Amino acid sequence: MSTAEHDFDDSPYDLLAADTDEGHRWAFGTGFTDPLEGIDTSVPEGLDPGALVRYCLALGDDALIYSHRLQQWVAALPELEEETAVANIALDLLGQARLLLARAGGIVGQTEDQLAFFRSEHEFRNVRLAEHADRDFAELVVRLLLFSTWRLSLFSSLSSCADPVLAAIAAKGVNELAYHRDYAASWVVRLGDGTPLSHAKTQAALDALWPLAGELLRPDPDAPADVFDHSVFDHGAFDAVIDSVLATATLDRPTSAPLAPVAGKTGRDGVHTEAMGYILAELQSVARAHPDATW
Amino acid sequence: MVAATRSPAYDVAAGTPDPEIPTLTIEDLGILRSVDYSSRDGVVVTITPTYSGCPAMREIAADVTARLNRAGFERVTVATQLAPPWSTDWITPEGKRKLAAVGIAPPPEARASAAPRHAGPIPLTLGRRPPSPGCPRCGSLDTQLTAQFSATACKSLHRCNACGEPFEAVKPI
Repeated sequence: MSTAEHDFDDSPYDLLAADTDEGHRWAFGTGFTDPLEGIDTSVPEGLDPGALVRYCLALGDDALIYSHRLQQWVAALPELEEETAVANIALDLLGQARLLLARAGGIVGQTEDQLAFFRSEHEFRNVRLAEHADRDFAELVVRLLLFSTWRLSLFSSLSSCADPVLAAIAAKGVNELAYHRDYAASWVVRLGDGTPLSHAKTQAALDALWPLAGELLRPDPDAPADVFDHSVFDHGAFDAVIDSVLATATLDRPTSAPLAPVAGKTGRDGVHTEAMGYILAELQSVARAHPDATW
Repeated sequence: MVAATRSPAYDVAAGTPDPEIPTLTIEDLGILRSVDYSSRDGVVVTITPTYSGCPAMREIAADVTARLNRAGFERVTVATQLAPPWSTDWITPEGKRKLAAVGIAPPPEARASAAPRHAGPIPLTLGRRPPSPGCPRCGSLDTQLTAQFSATACKSLHRCNACGEPFEAVKPI
């Protein structure tokens, strides 16, 4: 490639190789900058800061835990193209998690790292769907379809909500989630409307995951009314997209009941499935063993 | 592209290469929002992420600061701006030309709904093959999408049916 026509004072690659940030690396520990650096993060008057924190934690935890589950697939996917796709989706969700945890943390005086690595299981507010371990590729794409359809619909509503920071994070996420949903939907159609074997596996994945989808549509009691009026969330739009994909994929919409709350509590209340402990052990153990480590 | 006031500091910041596509500057990509001066923070450079998880943001902030320092601007603050979200429509004509020159198909105009972007439900592209851009090598329009995601968050992967070569494209958002 030709660089002659560029007006850089040195080769762009040399410039990148130069250590311009005092040895800090993009990893846990030092070197992290606040992803909301320079943004006005004051909470608008009239908004309950506590409720806003809990709501941002819920959406941030969904993204963090879901991203972790997708990262576990990397290097185990059937094709290179799926590797890059799943890794990219995981990265987008991790980015959303960083912004949302930084939004919550900024209000309570904690960093995104403290929230991600030093909270206990019962303090995580993610839905139980996010922590599910996909048993095969069919579960991966069906789960992603349910999650990204819901999240895209929600983020579209939130991009005009009363908190300008959350609104900006949501508006940014909309473009990303639209790509995630298209990716998942196209695979669900290919597999569902594919061979008898792929159809059977995809239907089985859908049947297995359906009970976990119910929690997505439960109203979050912590959602501040003025941030997110539940009447804004369009359940009909969620159903319409899911029904259209399932019909094209020749899959039957399950009729099974949502996974029941435990003593009235779900993931949003900090009650998780057995899988969650294993996720947090992997996610948090290094940070907890070396809380002051720097790279 | 947001209109920015040109100043000596702006020119230095604008020349910062993008870490992932270093033949383009952050100005070419529309990542640079503004360069201001305040007596409290010194030179204030405002940048915007392309994708929420873009790991290049931190590198860009460090590079911008280093370039400005070398040019004699001692106090530099790099601020982030999220709204309105970055769109590939902010890539300058020069940026699109440079992309094509290194074999990356530049993005077409993002979805026509520019301003009140997602006022209604976002259409599902189910069963509709997304348009594949022309081949940046041979110019043929007979190309196909091989993957919606590529080596970086902002690109997709394609193959040219005429010359047989694979190529990347910056995907419109």
